[in-house]
Amino acid sequence: MSYIESVGKYVGMIRQVFSKPERLKVYYTRTLTEIETIGINSAGIVAILSVFMGAVISLQTASNMDSPLLPKYTIGYITRSSTILEFSPTIISLILAGKVGSNIASEIGTMRVTEQIDALEIMGVNSLSFLVLPKVIAAVFFFPFLIICSMGLSIIGGYYAVTLSELASHEEFVYGIRAFFKVSDITYALVKTCVFAFVIVTVSSYFGYFTKGGALDVGKSSTQAVVWSSIVILLTNFVLTQLILM
Amino acid sequence: MIEVKNVNKSFGENHVLHDFSAKFEEGQVNLIIGQSGQGKSVLTKCIVGLMEVDSGSVLYNGRDFSKMNRKERKDIRKEIGMLFQGSALFDSMSVEENIMFPLKMFTNMSKKEMQERADFCLERVNLSGRNKLLPAELSGGMMKRVAIARAISMKPKYLFCDEPNSGLDPSTSILIDNLIQEITYEYGMTTVVITHDMNSVIEIGDHIIFIHTGRNWWQGTKEEIIKTDNPEIIDFVYASKFMKNLKGKLA
Ligand SMILES: Nc1ncnc2c1ncn2[C@@H]1O[C@H](COP(=O)(O)OP(=O)(O)OP(=O)(O)O)[C@@H](O)[C@H]1O
Ligand SMILES: [Mg+2]
Repeated sequence: MSYIESVGKYVGMIRQVFSKPERLKVYYTRTLTEIETIGINSAGIVAILSVFMGAVISLQTASNMDSPLLPKYTIGYITRSSTILEFSPTIISLILAGKVGSNIASEIGTMRVTEQIDALEIMGVNSLSFLVLPKVIAAVFFFPFLIICSMGLSIIGGYYAVTLSELASHEEFVYGIRAFFKVSDITYALVKTCVFAFVIVTVSSYFGYFTKGGALDVGKSSTQAVVWSSIVILLTNFVLTQLILM
Repeated sequence: MIEVKNVNKSFGENHVLHDFSAKFEEGQVNLIIGQSGQGKSVLTKCIVGLMEVDSGSVLYNGRDFSKMNRKERKDIRKEIGMLFQGSALFDSMSVEENIMFPLKMFTNMSKKEMQERADFCLERVNLSGRNKLLPAELSGGMMKRVAIARAISMKPKYLFCDEPNSGLDPSTSILIDNLIQEITYEYGMTTVVITHDMNSVIEIGDHIIFIHTGRNWWQGTKEEIIKTDNPEIIDFVYASKFMKNLKGKLA
């Protein structure tokens, strides 16, 4: 199928996802469950990755700064700006695309091939909105929290990496973290995160929902979900960075 | 009453339904029989609108399903109960949540009323007390029975069962057949049952449709199917030596 056709199908799907829900109460409970499955259950991996990511960024920066003209606080400054602007929102979203995306695609794909989606439709439930909307809401609301935690943890990771290996002092690093701080950077990062959350959930749901065949095809959909969410995340990241930073 | 008129359905080169027409009357058990792969499941999916027909029409009490808008289709679907060939239970929900799901979505019943309805439906399929089990903890036959309980929880006007008693032992099988027959008469439902089981045919078949090469090959009552000399039906019904012997003896 041509890409244009797929995009059309995707847009049609999004329209159905946002059609009027049948029972708000049921959707509400489902959203809470989804916050747990796709949000809270991802906290561990996000935390570990963030700490090490921050540590590596600060060590790299420190080791590349051999010129005595550059003040030591630059390490803290660069660690902060690169994690907040790019590493936390983008890299962590890519990781979440892997974890959450494959999970969503295989869950919905399995429901498709075992006729559970047909069963929903027969009851008169709008299956797309029922299955996808709670996930979209959960991700768009919860991923920003994960990313804020990720930013904090990355900076802490960077701090310990640099101070324990005595590449800079406590004062120097902290001064760098605070230097030239703009709240708008965080807003920008969180806006990006919401967009990525939307991309991860809808693209993965798309591949899951339109799975045809059996268990093998569910596996394929799940791989495609991860690949395409990542590609779309990187593309939108490029566009958003152009739009917002220029 | 459901009326199927000149329905055609193909998948690429594979022409499954040829100009298929049939009537399914209210208040009786309509059986669809036929060999594997002849299009029985496809036919039911076309009737309930899970598959679009290539041509022809499906009428619910005279109203064309394919010409209805979204809202009207949804209203019809709330009156349909369906048992899928593979059960299609929601595997993230327990047995009782599965049965209560349509009630939760579409009725204003209180928690207690839903609970009672679920218990009642479970009792009818001989599964009392299994409320909290998950589908993964059930045997194939139990899943089928839970799926039937779910299909009847809303007291549907139209009930579709795709092989309700495949994978069940003879006594449970008869229990399910009797249940389907009982509720059909009790609620005046239009019931369509796909089956391979000759016991069911003799037991509950008010109206029987034999589907062959995607066509409505033969139709009649259970009394008529025993007497018919249609060669394809004879091949289908008397496939085993045991049945052949039985037919010899009866004759
Ligand atoms: N989704 C589909 N895509 C393509 N072909 C299909 C699809 N569903 C069914 N078919 C084809 O339609 C034909 C009829 O299938 P169907 O499932 O209706 O058989 P059946 O009569 O229900 O058989 P059984 O008794 O084994 O369940 C088969 O040849 C099958 O290959
Ligand atoms: Mg079948």
